[in-house]
Amino acid sequence: MARPLSHLRICDFTGQLAGAGATRFLAAFGAQVIRIEDPVRKGSWDILRGNTPYKDERRGVDLGGAFNNHNVEKLGITINMREQRGIELVEDLIRISDVVTENFAVGVLAGWGLTFERMRELKPDIIYASNCGFGHRGPYRNYKTWGPIVQAVCGLTFSSGLPDQLPAGWGYSYMDHHGGNFMVTAILAALVHRHKTGEGQWIDLATTEAGASLLGPAILDYTVNGTRMRRDGSPDSNHSPDMAPHAIYPCFGDDEWVAIACRTDAEWDRLATHLDLDADRRARYSTLAHRLAGQDDLDSVVLSWTQTRNKFDVQRELLALGIPSAAVQKPHERVDSDPATSEWGLWPTVTHTAMGEVRVDGLGSHLSETDWSMTKGAPCLGEHTDHVLAEILGLSAAEIAALHADGVV
Amino acid sequence: MNTRANAAPIGPIAPADAPGPLAGLRVVELASEWTSYAGRLLGDLGATVVLVEPSSGSPLRAYGPFVHGVQDPENSLWWWHYQANKFGQSMDLESAEGREQLHSLIRSADVFLEGADRDQFEALGLADDELRREHQSLIVLSITPFGRRTSRTDDPATDLTILAGAGPAWSCGYDDHSLPPVRGGGNQSIHTAGLHAVPALLVAVLHRYTSGLGQHVDVSAHAASNVTTEAGSYEWLVAKNTVQRQTARHAGVQKSDPTIAFDRNGRTVFTGVPPRSQADLERIVAWIDALELRDEFPDVVLLELGIERGGITWPEIFADELCGQIFAAGRTALTLIASRVTDREFFIGGQERGFTVGVINAPEDVMEDAHFAERGFHARLFHEELGRDVIYPGTPMQFGASPWRLVRRAPRVGEHNGRSLDT
Repeated sequence: MARPLSHLRICDFTGQLAGAGATRFLAAFGAQVIRIEDPVRKGSWDILRGNTPYKDERRGVDLGGAFNNHNVEKLGITINMREQRGIELVEDLIRISDVVTENFAVGVLAGWGLTFERMRELKPDIIYASNCGFGHRGPYRNYKTWGPIVQAVCGLTFSSGLPDQLPAGWGYSYMDHHGGNFMVTAILAALVHRHKTGEGQWIDLATTEAGASLLGPAILDYTVNGTRMRRDGSPDSNHSPDMAPHAIYPCFGDDEWVAIACRTDAEWDRLATHLDLDADRRARYSTLAHRLAGQDDLDSVVLSWTQTRNKFDVQRELLALGIPSAAVQKPHERVDSDPATSEWGLWPTVTHTAMGEVRVDGLGSHLSETDWSMTKGAPCLGEHTDHVLAEILGLSAAEIAALHADGVV
Repeated sequence: MNTRANAAPIGPIAPADAPGPLAGLRVVELASEWTSYAGRLLGDLGATVVLVEPSSGSPLRAYGPFVHGVQDPENSLWWWHYQANKFGQSMDLESAEGREQLHSLIRSADVFLEGADRDQFEALGLADDELRREHQSLIVLSITPFGRRTSRTDDPATDLTILAGAGPAWSCGYDDHSLPPVRGGGNQSIHTAGLHAVPALLVAVLHRYTSGLGQHVDVSAHAASNVTTEAGSYEWLVAKNTVQRQTARHAGVQKSDPTIAFDRNGRTVFTGVPPRSQADLERIVAWIDALELRDEFPDVVLLELGIERGGITWPEIFADELCGQIFAAGRTALTLIASRVTDREFFIGGQERGFTVGVINAPEDVMEDAHFAERGFHARLFHEELGRDVIYPGTPMQFGASPWRLVRRAPRVGEHNGRSLDT
């Protein structure tokens, strides 16, 4: 199958997931992503390099499972940006690249002289995508973030929780995933613009802004109606103003749960029949307004049915009735036993030079003519330095040896 | 205070009326919950999006909240948000004439965006391969709960059930596991599907520039959310470990320390990772002194011991008892400081001193925050029915040449009937 982005080269300074996730997507569609790391600190700016999880008992900068997951299909080189010769090498790379990507704190690239203006001198139609918590403009531009801070500041953490409990947060860096997804969306949109106009541009992505943009109806409820989410009984994110029953209920076993959502009166009617509900309750809860008003009672009725049952039995019975239902799947269940992930090919196996074969996250899309593919693991530290210097930048063996000897790469 | 230089030169900002990066791309969207966000994002980036709904109006117009709480198909703020920047056409999709109208519209489009149930899809005569046989450059983008290619394609689903089945809910909740796992708020499975769909579509658009050919882009909300769980998936894939949920922290294989503290008004703040370097320890001691808290915080001596020994490292925290105590004292110090100031003072004061701490904003707080306002996150649209501008959340990404723009409120039922995609 054709690899649709194989004509693109990315000069990639990203790391963690918020940045690396963007260039991972481009690499999966065939773009040549050249990830640049620091040889002095052994790439440790990316805290995932060499960090958990590990496939076996071995440890080291090349053996981190998360780093492998986020950097599949990329080339990896080391360049010491403290050295003028190192900066010159990067400038040579930018001259032949389509996109420069980074998710450093504000000012790091500029500190190397790599302002957007300088990049445009090197490559007039360059696309430069920067990604940080608060963006390169505004009062908080110098503030530091990581996923949980982004989610706290943008409203996502507050929006997720049960009444009278603390914010539940998200349980992981949701906005690191979407930092990468927004970033790659912006890069591809800018490539479309460049195709039509010949013009490159700079994209300033602030992940706190991106996160807040994912809370649209709640924000409009405030700007139109003055309704604040910070009020008694709110948020209540397992419930819905538009459906009832609509919650996550306990099932038989340890920490076993099932989600059930009745979208319509007809679905509720089928559920009530299945639960063999008494005539009084059926009549009382025939409309959504009444079900919402009696939600606590309704939840106790559903819970008394689910709590003695296996969660997958509940899911199967209700899906057969056309009622949305899903077991809260544990990682091994959704990875190893769910046909909707295995049939999708969602967990491809890549070969990593040091780790060997490892399964990784795939993508939520498939393209009929130009699909993604993931077969190569993340690069070991500096794994492709000599290859890139020789084959892409055209340096001789002697020049490369001198760069090693001088601590430039 | 923060002495770091703000040296980054600021590049150009696109003129507000410049065309978006996808200007000229013609999209027909068959109204569906699953396509709503992707269609909106395409419209925001300059594509011409025509939203097709039944003559009676889309059932999605019944989603709240509503303007002034009045339930009406034209009052849904869900609809206002997700269908802005789209033109709207209504047709009788039950009739042969209506179906032909839809087919004719699709024939004039570059992209057909749909998330229909399979029955509805087939009843409309919209089988993907047939559409593309007669229109070879058409890109069909399907966004459905389980994808068109899996055996679960007909399973009904909502945002709640996708987030439950796909992993996010397993990781989100509380230390107390007698409380249920939590659905992250705000229709996030639809956003996640959209954020997998739009870049995939743009790959197809770029491919069409060179090949002239369209294709089918199949997106599964379930698959997209499955690979949006960070360690939830890869701890199992790599090491067969299962993460466990923890209150407002990363679900983990190992338990971590609490990170939430309360400000002087009982609001929550995020304390992040306590100080470890000598300079950070000096700064937190100075903050304690600035707030005159030294007398009620005897553990300040531990922080000073940390300064004397030149800071502490991660391995030392676990291996050396004193270093562990210094680290714990840093968290206690942040918790104490938080309790004496407002949540915003804690956030600003901490960040200005170089600590990665956060305020836990509600959505309304974001819209009252000067940083977001100064960056232009308040996008205004005039609503004639209210006689005023409404402030929407603004751009998630700022383009230097071809801007994200909000130019059109969501369509009323049938508002742009008869309009061609080229006008």
